[in-house]
Amino acid sequence: MSSPQTVKLQVPTTPTLQKKDFVSDQEVRWCPGCGDYSILAQVQSVLPKLGIPKEKTVFVSGIGCSSRFPYYMNTYGFHSIHGRAPAFATGIKCANPELDVWVITGDGDALSIGGNHFIHVIRRNLGLKILLFNNRIYGLTKGQYSPTSELGKKTKSTPYGSIEHPLNPLSVAIASEATFAARSIDIDVKHLSETVEKAARHKGTAFVEIYQNCNIFNDKAFAHFTDREVRQDRVLYLEHGKPLIFGKDQKKGIRLVNGYKPEVVEIGVNGITEEDIVVHNAYEPSPHYSYLLSRLNYPEFPVPVGIFRSVDRFTYDEALNAQIHEVIEKKGEGSLEKLIYGGETWKVEA
Amino acid sequence: MSEQPSSVQQIEIDRITIRFAGDSGDGMQLTGSQFTSTTAVFGNDISTLPDFPAEIRAPAGSLPGVSGFQISFASIDIQTPGDSPDVLVAMNPAALKTNLKDLKKGGVLIVNTAAFKEANLKLAGYTANPLEDGSISGYKIYQIDMDEMVKTALKDKVSLPTKEIVRCRNFFALGLMYWMYSRPMEPTLKWIQQKFGQREDIARANEIALKTGYNFGNITEVFEVRYQVPKAKLQPGTYRNMTGNLATALGIVAAAKLSGISVFYGSYPITPASDILHELSKHKNYGVKTFQAEDEIAAICTAIGASFAGNIGITGTSGPGVALKAEAIGLAVMTELPLLIINVQRGGPSTGLPTKTEQADLFQALYGRNGECPVPVVAAQSPSDCFNMAIEAIRIALRHMTPVFLLTDGYLANGSEPWKLPAISELPNLRPTFYTNPENFRPYQRDENLVRPWAIPGTPGLEHRIGGIEKANITGNVSYDPDNHENMCHIRADKVKAIANDIPDATIYGEESGDLLIVGWGSTYGAIRTAVDDLHAQGQKVSQLHLRYLNPFPKNLGSLLKKFKKVVVAEMNLGQLLFVLRAQFLVDAVGMNKVKGQPFTVSEIKENILNLLKEL
Repeated sequence: MSSPQTVKLQVPTTPTLQKKDFVSDQEVRWCPGCGDYSILAQVQSVLPKLGIPKEKTVFVSGIGCSSRFPYYMNTYGFHSIHGRAPAFATGIKCANPELDVWVITGDGDALSIGGNHFIHVIRRNLGLKILLFNNRIYGLTKGQYSPTSELGKKTKSTPYGSIEHPLNPLSVAIASEATFAARSIDIDVKHLSETVEKAARHKGTAFVEIYQNCNIFNDKAFAHFTDREVRQDRVLYLEHGKPLIFGKDQKKGIRLVNGYKPEVVEIGVNGITEEDIVVHNAYEPSPHYSYLLSRLNYPEFPVPVGIFRSVDRFTYDEALNAQIHEVIEKKGEGSLEKLIYGGETWKVEA
Repeated sequence: MSEQPSSVQQIEIDRITIRFAGDSGDGMQLTGSQFTSTTAVFGNDISTLPDFPAEIRAPAGSLPGVSGFQISFASIDIQTPGDSPDVLVAMNPAALKTNLKDLKKGGVLIVNTAAFKEANLKLAGYTANPLEDGSISGYKIYQIDMDEMVKTALKDKVSLPTKEIVRCRNFFALGLMYWMYSRPMEPTLKWIQQKFGQREDIARANEIALKTGYNFGNITEVFEVRYQVPKAKLQPGTYRNMTGNLATALGIVAAAKLSGISVFYGSYPITPASDILHELSKHKNYGVKTFQAEDEIAAICTAIGASFAGNIGITGTSGPGVALKAEAIGLAVMTELPLLIINVQRGGPSTGLPTKTEQADLFQALYGRNGECPVPVVAAQSPSDCFNMAIEAIRIALRHMTPVFLLTDGYLANGSEPWKLPAISELPNLRPTFYTNPENFRPYQRDENLVRPWAIPGTPGLEHRIGGIEKANITGNVSYDPDNHENMCHIRADKVKAIANDIPDATIYGEESGDLLIVGWGSTYGAIRTAVDDLHAQGQKVSQLHLRYLNPFPKNLGSLLKKFKKVVVAEMNLGQLLFVLRAQFLVDAVGMNKVKGQPFTVSEIKENILNLLKEL
């Protein structure tokens, strides 16, 4: 069980950055009460802590309310096309691996049109962060259901209720073998900020699903477990090395029956002790465990938040550069002379 | 090897066209490309046309499974692979069936009789053996049981199963052709050692098969004539045999060196463009990064991302891939980033004819996006011209901060010709200037050519955001203002138009004015040039104008078109350039159109021109 590598902190060559340095001059146009404001604020407060010069930071987004994010960041930004942000980000990172690249996306952008690119950027393990704002709806186009909306959801395009079984973003990410997979909640600012910072320091693709409330088109989508009154009983805060315990009196926990079936139990009832409770291992090499965690959903289980998985694997960008260096070592730097006059040539004399 | 019966006549001839045809598994492409490289090194001018099916392996012996390779070689300057072959080597009945109609009357037909068994004859649609029932006449037919020849020659010499032994039949055919056309065997013998060095038995088998074929011509009295095709008087210089795809790839690699910055090639395998990806992937020590994306869209998006970050983003594909990339091309136009999009055109629409050539994607390149979305377009006119136009397209993209289309086609991609190597000092300097001054920086400020600065992430003080939403001029902030949008549409259009100041004038081949001008673009160059030369020799007056710049057109194009009574546009589509010329120049041009998945023949063009001249 090895702990994953972290990003080397660079010694800032510019005066220490502050949150306000990352605020752009653009008026923020999200609806009042939108969960995105909170996420923006937390990201802007995390960035100064990373010690990365502003000019090396790039935010890439697709299309959606989430994807307006780069305009509000005083860094380099690319507002691309629907679903394709991971591809643009991949190109940016491969062109200049020294850049700190963030992908901002949403449930529709990443899992509907962008599903293919989502899977591949994760499996390639590019050194970048993906923040997926999941509001379980299509907000920008005014209220159609999304791939994460519940079965039966009534929306503009599903007046009689959605007939689709939804996708779980974390499950998809872990199935694609994400080396870092986490979840947080827009209104839990401390937890969100800590989670985003941990993601920022991960060496490969760091995926964070953020439950975000769209108060206009899907208000209170997560309230039934995120509201203050019920949160402690219905949300499971994952911490590496600690048992999966939740509840106001910290008496409820998760144990595995037959080795793999999760079950909510109460410590002190029917002979259950803390020994029976699963101890969270965020560094577990194989994805099975974190996949299992991703399947825990309210009401049968508490909703887990925090770091599900954090493992080490070579990144695409470092492998790309390593291979290039290998070839240069073997063949030497290419020359125009060798390029054009190499191969089988023949001369025609005057 | 000079031991030959004195009854063999030696004839010197200035041009020969051979077509090798057989089953997909018979190694016709290998045979053809070996004959090509030997002939190139020997010093003839050459032009080739491979013709293979889309399926990886169609059922053995079937008509759709026929694979062919035509090579024309000469002691004179030639521009086409020949309208029709003088020699047809048919390795099986299906090959005979599909190719015989193209063989010149009185031409040489060499068949491998071993394949003319009942099952194969039936698959080819023959009710009887055409070699025996007298249905084929008017050719010099040589019937050879190549399988038996090879089996006999290799008996006790190699320990290979019969199946592998008879597979060497293509080297027998190659050896025979080498003898017949006085080619040396050495280059192929060397190649066999290199390619099959690990498998000594196979190397030896192929070597013996080759020599057996050569000796068959040399020693038996089957052949009365042997041909010499002397070296061509090509311009003095160093030459190399090039296919269009190889030339395209080398142009890209050269651009990386000439610009001093890395190339990022994002691509998805697609016929007939995949070879460009393969070739580029070998040049990691030249500053070329290749990325095999998960789909066509990721291929272009990664390339655009790379351009944003300061590499030269390039993506290569064919028609169906361009269709998928349309939205991203629009984004590159909106964000005004340098990008090269290569379309190796093939038969369409939809999946169309993956291994056949066509040039029907011009409309797509000019207009295939939503909104007013202009993109510069250039086209290569020969396999080696792909090198020049790849570099030129990149030069335009970098200089004018815009995506650029390079159009080639399957015929250029797989066809080959000798390429006179340029002096390294003649190649252009492509070094771009990255913007670094933070004072008063505006992402969409423009120079006198309406070009915005290339300000890449990592540059302090220039932090900015770009995207696909309409933006205010100069500042680049999102803007929905009505006047601004119209202004921006004009600016984007004018920026592309301004490229006309940066490209050479169009030139006329033949008289500068007259009755008839034949206009072409892309791979029709060779056939048109040959037709025009032939007609000039007959005293006919027709001029040729071949376009390599299709958007914007050369500045003088309009005035050149006006100097002729009639303009005909020859293209492998239903009249796309014709449509554009008529619209832009109000010229009453007519079309010469062929959409058969095959290049124009010289005689088709000549006949057409003569008819047009008659009507005038």
